Amino acid sequence: MVATVALAEVATGAALDIEQVSHAFDIDGAELPVLSDVSIAVEPGEFVALLGPSGCGKSTLLRLVAGLDKPKAGTLREDEARITRPHPSRVVVFQDPTLFPWRSVWDNVALGLEAQGILKSQRQRVDDALDLVGLSSFRNAYPHQLSGGMAQRVALARALVNDPKILILDEPLGKLDSLTRITMQAELVSLWQRKGFTTLLVTHDAEEALVLANRVIVFSDRPARVKADIRVDRRYPRHRGDPYLADLRRQILGLLGLDATW
Amino acid sequence: MSTYSLSDGLASGAPRLSRAPLLATWLRESGVGVLASVAWIAFGLSCLWWDDVGDWSRTHSLGIAAFVIAAVALFGTVGADYLGSAGKALHQRAPWLVALGAFLTLWEVATAKFAWLPLPFFPPPQSIIEVYTDDLPKLLDSVFASVKLQLGGYLIGATVGFLTGVSIGWSRAVGYWVHPVLRFIGPLPATAWLPIAFFTFPSSWSASTFLIALATGFPVTVLTWSGVASVSNAYYDVARTLGAKPSFLVLKVAIPAALPHVFVGLFMGLGSSFAVLVVAEMIGVKAGLGWYLQWAQGWAAYANMYAALIVMSLLCSGAITLLFAIRDRLLVWQKGTVKW
Ligand SMILES: Nc1ncnc2c1ncn2[C@@H]1O[C@H](COP(=O)(O)OP(=O)(O)OP(=O)(O)O)[C@@H](O)[C@H]1O
Ligand SMILES: [Mg+2]
Repeated sequence: MVATVALAEVATGAALDIEQVSHAFDIDGAELPVLSDVSIAVEPGEFVALLGPSGCGKSTLLRLVAGLDKPKAGTLREDEARITRPHPSRVVVFQDPTLFPWRSVWDNVALGLEAQGILKSQRQRVDDALDLVGLSSFRNAYPHQLSGGMAQRVALARALVNDPKILILDEPLGKLDSLTRITMQAELVSLWQRKGFTTLLVTHDAEEALVLANRVIVFSDRPARVKADIRVDRRYPRHRGDPYLADLRRQILGLLGLDATW
Repeated sequence: MSTYSLSDGLASGAPRLSRAPLLATWLRESGVGVLASVAWIAFGLSCLWWDDVGDWSRTHSLGIAAFVIAAVALFGTVGADYLGSAGKALHQRAPWLVALGAFLTLWEVATAKFAWLPLPFFPPPQSIIEVYTDDLPKLLDSVFASVKLQLGGYLIGATVGFLTGVSIGWSRAVGYWVHPVLRFIGPLPATAWLPIAFFTFPSSWSASTFLIALATGFPVTVLTWSGVASVSNAYYDVARTLGAKPSFLVLKVAIPAALPHVFVGLFMGLGSSFAVLVVAEMIGVKAGLGWYLQWAQGWAAYANMYAALIVMSLLCSGAITLLFAIRDRLLVWQKGTVKW
């Protein structure tokens, strides 16, 4: 099968089942539906990109996957087990880096290991994660001394250090300049291929989605419904100018309502 | 703009008056130091020149001490280059030395020499020095008693306030019970409890400790609580997805995030507990600086009052400085995020 070619080499990731999930918020007594009957089955080690208009409910879906909120209807499962609360096997890189301002960069990255009580024996992992995002020389800096892009890289390192089974990324590269961004995309792919975790990536950039993911899921406007589920059968590293990807990109932008301009 | 024309003028004038700029720089660098020396010489002379209108034994020694300080200021200024950081510190404080010397001269002349100010109420500097030399044991006892009382009460109040604040900030159930009590009792000035405290507690010392703790505890509680309550949910979300347990959320997220607020509470508590300390010592406790003040007033020993007042203010500002130092250590991360 062609699809397996693109999958991570060693799938240590978990399967993720999102089954008929609906969610809504109460705003001043009125109900604001945000997710409507969303079903997505993610195989272990798959890299799934989520695309959709701003405010449609992507971040909300990620919070449900992380176990931070409970859906109004439907179920979410990680390897058959129902998701009811956060667990370090599913780590989130939030849209906002939310580093702890009172902790140095190193201590921020060490947060997960410290919370799980295994930091003492595993300090090396923190150093490795910092190396990975190229911020070893900033280990003693405080968050306010970092640029926006550096802060996001620290947030990425803080997630990766935990060896997650499912990595949940909410526009993690949004604040990076285009050069760092391309480098980080390549890093992310090679990391994913080596470690084999399942990845959910929210992005507003169709090209990014196509360069990185096995699957691109396009959501409708709020309340979000799955509008299209597109397989991207291409080997890595992918070429940005690939006509196959360009074709898919046109298709996706069309789904997002931008066909007139593109 | 003005600096341009100034330096231009200096540069063009330099060839003609080749030594003037050197002198000018030296005066700018050291002028204030020399002036400080002059001011203290003036103070020394003011002590020794005229006869005292009253009978004070330390006038002569004070004059000598003033000359010594003047000499130190002068040599410190001239030899600043060889003194390193001490020279720099002196240079920085020179303007204050000038002001202090001038003030003391004026004070000396206005009291001891010509009695322009009514005498028993405005004692001259040498009579205050006399208190420090002749009444030292009693003064030290008082300082010791005050520090002991203040420290005990403050530590108890700060600890209890901090723990209460964290609990009500964290737990809804605790908040339900404690919040109304806090609302009802908290705003009451701690001194209002004085009469009750003094007859319900076994000793005046324990009563005062309780009152000081109360005065400290209220602001610390309220600010710790508001600090914990205002921690962004995003921090908890991050910690929880990384596997944090509730104890970790309290100890490693809520408390560090609330710490800047806690320190505001600690500062406020320190201020209000000083007030309680002095009142408690004046009314009930038979020791401490407040009691010393009261005692001095009873004997119309005004010099003793001023002497005690100066010690008190040194202690209070010392305590504040210490708290600032602790805060600066614990909250280094805030440097650069907020204006200090
Ligand atoms: N805690 C909340 N309470 C009430 N409404 C919320 C809450 N969180 C999100 N919403 C609403 O849910 C909708 C979806 O929000 P969400 O953050 O999931 O959007 P998004 O798809 O991630 O958008 P973006 O691409 O701009 O990040 C928005 O209309 C928002 O107003
Ligand atoms: Mg979002």
